[in-house]
Amino acid sequence: MSNRTGMILAYAVMAVLIAGTGVLQSWNSALNILNFCLIYAIMSLGVNLQWGYAGLFNVGVMGFTALGGLAAVLVAMPPVPEAWNAGGPRILAGLALGAGVIIAAMLAWRRLPGRVAGWATAAILVAGFFAYRAVFDPGVAAVESVNASLQGYMGGLGLPVLVAWPVGGLLAAGAAWAIGKVALGLRSDYLAIATLGIAEIVIAIMKAEEWLARGVKNVAGIPRPVPDAVDLQSSPAFVERAAALGADPVTASTIAVKLGYSLYFTVVLIVVLILAQLALNSPWGRMMRAIRDNEVAAEAMGKDVTARHLQIFVMGCFLVGLAGAMMTTLDGQLTPGSYQPLRFTFLIWVMVIVGGSGNNYGAVLGAFLIWFLWVQVEPLGGALIDQVTSVMQDGWLKTRLIEFSGQMRLLVMGVILLAMMRFAPRGLIPER
Amino acid sequence: MDILNGLVMLANFVLIPAMAYGAQLALGALGVTLIYAILRFSNFAHGDTMAFGTAITVLATWGLQAAGVSIAPLPTALLALPVGIFGATALVLLTDRAVYRFYRAQRAKPIYLVIVSMGVMFVYNGLTRFVIGVDSQNFADGERFLIEPRQFKAWSGLDQALGLRTSTAITLVVALVVMVALFRFLNRTRTGKSMRAFSDNEDLALLSGINPERVVMITWLIAAALATTAGVLYGLDKSFDPFTYFQLLLPIFAAAIVGGIGNPVGAIVGGFVIAFSEVLLVYPLGGVLRYLLPEGIEPEGLLQLLSTDYKFAVSFAILVIVLLFRPTGLFRGQTL
Repeated sequence: MSNRTGMILAYAVMAVLIAGTGVLQSWNSALNILNFCLIYAIMSLGVNLQWGYAGLFNVGVMGFTALGGLAAVLVAMPPVPEAWNAGGPRILAGLALGAGVIIAAMLAWRRLPGRVAGWATAAILVAGFFAYRAVFDPGVAAVESVNASLQGYMGGLGLPVLVAWPVGGLLAAGAAWAIGKVALGLRSDYLAIATLGIAEIVIAIMKAEEWLARGVKNVAGIPRPVPDAVDLQSSPAFVERAAALGADPVTASTIAVKLGYSLYFTVVLIVVLILAQLALNSPWGRMMRAIRDNEVAAEAMGKDVTARHLQIFVMGCFLVGLAGAMMTTLDGQLTPGSYQPLRFTFLIWVMVIVGGSGNNYGAVLGAFLIWFLWVQVEPLGGALIDQVTSVMQDGWLKTRLIEFSGQMRLLVMGVILLAMMRFAPRGLIPER
Repeated sequence: MDILNGLVMLANFVLIPAMAYGAQLALGALGVTLIYAILRFSNFAHGDTMAFGTAITVLATWGLQAAGVSIAPLPTALLALPVGIFGATALVLLTDRAVYRFYRAQRAKPIYLVIVSMGVMFVYNGLTRFVIGVDSQNFADGERFLIEPRQFKAWSGLDQALGLRTSTAITLVVALVVMVALFRFLNRTRTGKSMRAFSDNEDLALLSGINPERVVMITWLIAAALATTAGVLYGLDKSFDPFTYFQLLLPIFAAAIVGGIGNPVGAIVGGFVIAFSEVLLVYPLGGVLRYLLPEGIEPEGLLQLLSTDYKFAVSFAILVIVLLFRPTGLFRGQTL
């Protein structure tokens, strides 16, 4: 069986799985799975860029996803004018001052002569830190006291939520540039450790800085790019059309909304996939793979390995941020507490490794398959454990198994990853 | 008097907690750095090795408590620690056999091992949750304080109290004993020397007849024992949560890299550097400075430099500084 027919077969199986969910369970849950599959496919393409094309290990996918989600709030939520007036300029001034201090410190370090440089840099940083806190803190207090139970933050720009998607990508790309600048060009594990750190910190900032996006108080009601299900149900034209199809208007409206999302997500995925395919097959793509396979040889041929790594790392994180913004749009709310490394870092890695690293179609397939299993295997696993424990004697093992049935995913995903790495390291659809 | 009060306050809220936390980080970082020196990859599963070993220790502690065994005033967990170490070493040796050895034989790039260790991390985390559940467990018993804050106040007549918790004292003593034993092992015994030789130059070590599989096995044994000890001490000090050990991963890596990864002395120094910076930056120093500084220039307010939400940011910032200015770490660890 050639690579191509195998791939078509794999995608056909995937389509049957999702359609089967629609027939056997409900079309609502099938579309739900599909929408998340589409988003995860974009993330998976981003991680595949980094790992499959360049061999970079990014453990901070969660952080870049969350930055995308933050962009959805900052761009699409309506602004809160009182909060802006209360402390907005002060906060912006504080942030600008902070950035200025860092730039000044960097200049001092580079330009000043030898021994003076260290002390001057330290002095600028310490003095700058206190100046920054003095400007910034009152602004934060003022903003957070405005109608704290409902708002207490500055709101967003009130732009259409679709604008937030590329902005989310840019936000993540900016963070990736900073972290890549520090950690790339050193030992390969350092990028992994640094990205692990940045992810924790992004989440910490999003939880703690309430003036930004309400922190753990969450932001709900992010505007949607599609009509609301309730509005559809009250529109006579829609109800009439649903009746003509012989469908219940409530079900029809929720399905229509989900289909709307699917449409948007599919368009984005197809564009990203085409671009990624073009890049992979371009001279640039060949260069990247040459670097991945033998850095020393590529460097000897005059390729700037670190700069290329930085470039592809930023591009991959852009895609992750884009997908993060899309996911927050789909959820309609930003809940920083819900970002877990298992679901937002590790899962993506399982998708890429299972699908086939270095192959874009493989990464997309991996995303679809693994998300489908993630959703569907949990109830199956629970049912299996119920079956097993029902015939067991009471005892330690039985109580442990019952309590554990909700925690199966960790173990299952870990085992899938280890098994794939060991027995099929090239994935379901291998790189050509 | 003011100066004494200030110093006591500083010791009570900053120095003593930072010493204990630093010792715990140092033990964790020693494990990471040993694995790096011998197996040449950053082991992401180290945090969850700590969690697993600690979980076994907690279970053994409960068993001992149920059997009425006690070594009061010391916590029963110390008695249960060998059981935990046994559980953790069995687990890592099994993992090495089933997972890592395959890649070692292939001489796979280190980054593959890092990814594999991430898979192992999730399996360990799942196992930990399986054996003990997801809830927070408090397993410290015995005497709570070695020096009671109230008694100290009555004894010294100062306004500020100094407390020394038993768990803190145990952490420091155990960490010291373990570190001395480890360095004696590395420097004095034949096996320890062969480990160092292997770390310095693998090919030469092989040529001189050192059995690599034996070196690797002993490294795993030591790393798992260190991880369990660190995890139990941390758990006694705070409480046991299956997921906190994942969050300790970042400060532990930072400690190992600050000191110079692959260098055991560096790991210890790095642990204390990270711990002291974290505690100092997160603790409101205003009160201490009001005692210490002469009138007129004493500060107002809390003077808390960073909110506690950003504890991890401290280790991360130190990590970034080290990577920017001295990627080999303070003690010139291995570079590649």
